[in-house]
Amino acid sequence: MNDYSITILTFIAIQAIVACGLNVIVGYAGQISLGHAAFFGIGAYSSALLTTKAGLTFWAALPLVILITGSIGLVLGMPSLRLREDFLAVTTIGINFIVESVFLYVPFFGGALGLGGIPSITFLGTRLRGPNFLYLCLVLLGLVLLISRRFTKSWAGLACFALREEETAASSMGVSPIRFKLLAFVLGTAMAGMGGALYAHLMRFISATDFGFPLSITLMSMVVLGGIGTLWGPVLGALILGVLPEVFRPLIDYRMLLNAAILLLMIRFQPAGLLGEGSFLRGLFQRKGGTSNG
Amino acid sequence: MQLFIEQLLNGVAMGAIYSLITLGLALVYGILRILHVAHAAVYTAGAYVGLYVFTLSGSLLLAVPAAMAVCAALGVAVERFVYTPLLRFPPFVPLIGSIAVFLAMEEVFRIVGGPYILSFPAELPFSGITIRGVVVSPAILSIYAVSAAVLLILWFIVTKTGLGLAMRATSQDRDIAGTMGINASFTISMTFVLGSAVAAIAGILVGIYYNQVYPTMGAVPAYKCLALIVVGGLGSLPGAVLASLLLGVGETLLIGYANIPLPRDSLAFIAMIAVLLWRPQGLLGGK
Repeated sequence: MNDYSITILTFIAIQAIVACGLNVIVGYAGQISLGHAAFFGIGAYSSALLTTKAGLTFWAALPLVILITGSIGLVLGMPSLRLREDFLAVTTIGINFIVESVFLYVPFFGGALGLGGIPSITFLGTRLRGPNFLYLCLVLLGLVLLISRRFTKSWAGLACFALREEETAASSMGVSPIRFKLLAFVLGTAMAGMGGALYAHLMRFISATDFGFPLSITLMSMVVLGGIGTLWGPVLGALILGVLPEVFRPLIDYRMLLNAAILLLMIRFQPAGLLGEGSFLRGLFQRKGGTSNG
Repeated sequence: MQLFIEQLLNGVAMGAIYSLITLGLALVYGILRILHVAHAAVYTAGAYVGLYVFTLSGSLLLAVPAAMAVCAALGVAVERFVYTPLLRFPPFVPLIGSIAVFLAMEEVFRIVGGPYILSFPAELPFSGITIRGVVVSPAILSIYAVSAAVLLILWFIVTKTGLGLAMRATSQDRDIAGTMGINASFTISMTFVLGSAVAAIAGILVGIYYNQVYPTMGAVPAYKCLALIVVGGLGSLPGAVLASLLLGVGETLLIGYANIPLPRDSLAFIAMIAVLLWRPQGLLGGK
């Protein structure tokens, strides 16, 4: 593989990590979030600030970044998750716009100039570049998938599923809606934070517009395309939406139109996604009676 | 003082335009419970069709009805082909569908109309007025006159006519309205016709006011007006107008007088979050 395809794959792996986080919120807990790019951005900015201004290494900063992003997710999720679905959708859009404008207008975050000079990641004394950076992203993606899988098998995951299907019934059985929705929200935003940290150290320069609302839509498209609430769905979605523009490079002018058309056709004719319940691909791979999650 | 009054007049004009767009969203939300993001693309289409017909014919009297007709058809098409089949899914499914329609239409405008800003060289048939040194431009006068007329007509249709009654009944309970002999699917389509035609008028007014028509002119209203219907109370028409006017004035004065390091476009969302914390049903929302 040449450097170019490795870079593309690294981006796809990072976006897959973030999309998996969104899948925990939207797929497992059934809470719409259209502001996920904000948490990706919070992760990227905290890692950038911790390594450039506080002088930490990437490895020392990473747990802090995950903690910071998760806590901000907790604080922003607490009022938001009390809202009904439509309100929640609009509120998360609002959170995305506000976070982006805070990055853009507060001098501490570099303002319109962005943040530069972010150090690259070193591992055992060598700088991680090219394929090695990709391996790191893949290892972390594996970790995220493992956590997602554990979550779906855990009591908390089952509680989230119950809330997603029928909130009133679940809460009358003693499942606290706000507690488990928040848990899923914090888990999902923490994963976005981790993706953000990787992104910051890959690009080594970040600016507010990298984390705008259009990215939130793209992340949502990945989850919808792959299959909402499936384990591998977001990864497949990230792979397809990441590779398609490369395949259709001659059609660069129509790229956004193509993305939007795919999203529209998908949601119109197969809203459960490629790997979702009752989809074509799933029927192909699944043996009779098999019921695994993804 | 003179500057303040001019700012205020600009703000009210901004608010009037917001209210023309937001009303369509509030109508659709009231009847289908869908956040109609693609409405902003319909509004952009209105500006483009208006400009196209105006360039061909040189007459605004032809351009406005043409744009209204095209937008009404576009609105009904979105309703028939995207929203109606998706109604049985959870609300975020039609919402994502709507966003996809919006993005796709924005791209179509860019490809067909070009990625640049087109000017809208319409000469209004009257001149501006000056009262005690306060200049009111013809564009602002026309925004006031047209919005007031549109709001009156909409108010009349919704509260005094059979169609309005059917719309209100359908929005309260579609099934019961159906058993009372109301053709729900026709009523829903008529709601889209009304909302989209009004959006076309808003598109043309904005095009003339700023002398600009461009593919992404709907991007900011698309999401800002969602915040506005939340602030006004989801589905409440007077609430939508009130919230739009307050935001228009608030934004203009904020830019003019306060030195707050936030862009004007996030003000709507900050106001929305404040309103949700203090009055979750919105300014004029019931229940």
